[in-house]
Amino acid sequence: MTNPHVIHAATIVEKIRETADIHTYRLRINDEAERQRYHFAAGQFNMVSLFGVGEVAISIVSDPEEPESLDHTIRAVGRVTNAIARLQAGDVLGIRGPFGQGWPLDEAHGRDVVIVTGGLGCAPVVGAIEYVFRRRDQYGAVKILHGVKTPEDMVFHERFDRWERQPDTEVLLTSDRPGKLWRYHVGVVTELFEMVSFNPMRTIVLMCGPEIMMRVGVPILLRRGLPATSVYVSLERHMECGIGLCGHCQMGPYFVCKDGPVMRYDRIEPWLGRPGV
Amino acid sequence: MSVEGCRVLPSADCHLLLDALQAKGYCVIGPTLRDEAVVWDTITRVSDLPIGWRDRQEPGRYRLERTGTGEIFGVVHGPQSLKPFAFAPRESLLQIERTSNGWSIHPLFPKPEKIALLGARPCDVAGLAIQDQIFLRGPYRDPPYASRRENLFVIVVNCTRALSTCFCSSMKTGPRAQTGFDLALTELDDVLLIEAGSEAGKAILTALPMSPASEALLAKASKRIDACAESQTRLQEQEVLPQALYDAHDHQRWDEVASRCLACTNCTMVCPTCFCHTVEDRPALDGQHGERTRLWDSCFTHEHGYIHGKNIRPTIKDRYRMWLTHKFAAWHDQFGMSGCVGCGRCITWCPVGIDVREEVAALLASDGHSAARRSGSP
Repeated sequence: MTNPHVIHAATIVEKIRETADIHTYRLRINDEAERQRYHFAAGQFNMVSLFGVGEVAISIVSDPEEPESLDHTIRAVGRVTNAIARLQAGDVLGIRGPFGQGWPLDEAHGRDVVIVTGGLGCAPVVGAIEYVFRRRDQYGAVKILHGVKTPEDMVFHERFDRWERQPDTEVLLTSDRPGKLWRYHVGVVTELFEMVSFNPMRTIVLMCGPEIMMRVGVPILLRRGLPATSVYVSLERHMECGIGLCGHCQMGPYFVCKDGPVMRYDRIEPWLGRPGV
Repeated sequence: MSVEGCRVLPSADCHLLLDALQAKGYCVIGPTLRDEAVVWDTITRVSDLPIGWRDRQEPGRYRLERTGTGEIFGVVHGPQSLKPFAFAPRESLLQIERTSNGWSIHPLFPKPEKIALLGARPCDVAGLAIQDQIFLRGPYRDPPYASRRENLFVIVVNCTRALSTCFCSSMKTGPRAQTGFDLALTELDDVLLIEAGSEAGKAILTALPMSPASEALLAKASKRIDACAESQTRLQEQEVLPQALYDAHDHQRWDEVASRCLACTNCTMVCPTCFCHTVEDRPALDGQHGERTRLWDSCFTHEHGYIHGKNIRPTIKDRYRMWLTHKFAAWHDQFGMSGCVGCGRCITWCPVGIDVREEVAALLASDGHSAARRSGSP
């Protein structure tokens, strides 16, 4: 069995600026054998480490069909991510993974898919969206609802533009605050719910973003007849091992790293928003 | 304990057991006196053991007393269980070196050393079994743990005396060890009853000149072990615990216990089952190489629940609730068993003497729920 503690060197092939403090790092695993072995499911994450600094859990943004090119979109926000932000193409990071449970794309098969994301929460869902569009005829209508705090926080412009041009697909964007060039909705992401129709019995919802968005947003969807078992959320917690051993990511009875990060809403609902959980 | 399997070794011949273990290449580790406590250390002769001493443990208090008898295993236990011997407090996982085209990474493994742990208690053996479940039978088998674990030979001593802090009988882990040992001893006045629990244990027994134990001696041992169980202060109603504790999330008792808890992490450091750890990358000063190390961590630290800019468990109340709910409720969901073995160390080594049995009892009392408790609890 493989040693889950071993990190693999991966070279930054390209560093793409998304916003002032968010960059996408396109990684290629250095070791040929490991590169061949490595496969991931949309929604899984890697433990990304910088030599001598530390390690953080980062979701894989790229398409699972192209595991040789691993995108990680990272906001410079803490000790490790700020150090990573100083790296350039050609520099080397370490990765361990992939870990965790991804999006239920088999279960979504044949159904309409509603994606609800907030802020950088759109990153863990990108792989799922690309997966669906590669098999466009196998899924029903796709509705992508995405909210940001300010227009400047908007990432993946090119992707959203491309997705909007897909058949039977709606992309709705909103910003909490208005901006000069912002031509979309202004308000919180849950306001977009009023602007889309969906058949609750044939829809699956994939959601990722701040927990407040899940706590407020999901009940609104449920009141429209959507079963709680049709909603999946991707959660975020402090992780140091990625394999359910270090204890930090516990949320009630779950380890977010191995039981999640994607969890079915009815299972996690009792714990969402509970203070101190 | 069966009549056929159980043999008698006079306490005066205890050195023969040490000899047999050493002859098989084991480094024998047992309880030793140091700094007014009992700590695990290398035993080369029987006199290294705390003969003629007993421990008195109470909430927030640990004292050793000289009894003047020839009792070898009179001390029940010290601050540490068997945990450090398999799940090391500090374990080097990787050696990392900078190379011309990146890094080269070398996994590290502990030096294999055959260790015989003499004088473990049934609660400690149960704790080790729980750690096995976590580190060996999850989705990933932890290589350093596995490497240390497979070199351990465990000699448990059944308990004939309970401390005021002991509640193993409530947790069904003692005072008699049922499984998970290589040899089990019961000390009765001037003899040791010995039985094997594994093939490795049988191999040691065959090297010892011993007679079978008489019915009368076995009956005496059972009586003393049963009396030890009877004398314990129990943890009440643990059958209802998982759900009752989840339901008690908004109980006022959490505020009360949080006002006493110092979040010092002692309870988690002495717990035989706590497995939280942190991972640390240490670069050498030249920046050319470094080591990744795993260290015991505690859910009582500020950093444990920290995630970019916010803390999931900012208050001591959150952390105490996390710890206790994890032990007695979430552990069942995660590993199919309780996370507590009833050793009572968290009670003894708590500087303010918080007694987990009292806390559980208070949390199960129905009058402490705030009216604001949300419906639809899990």
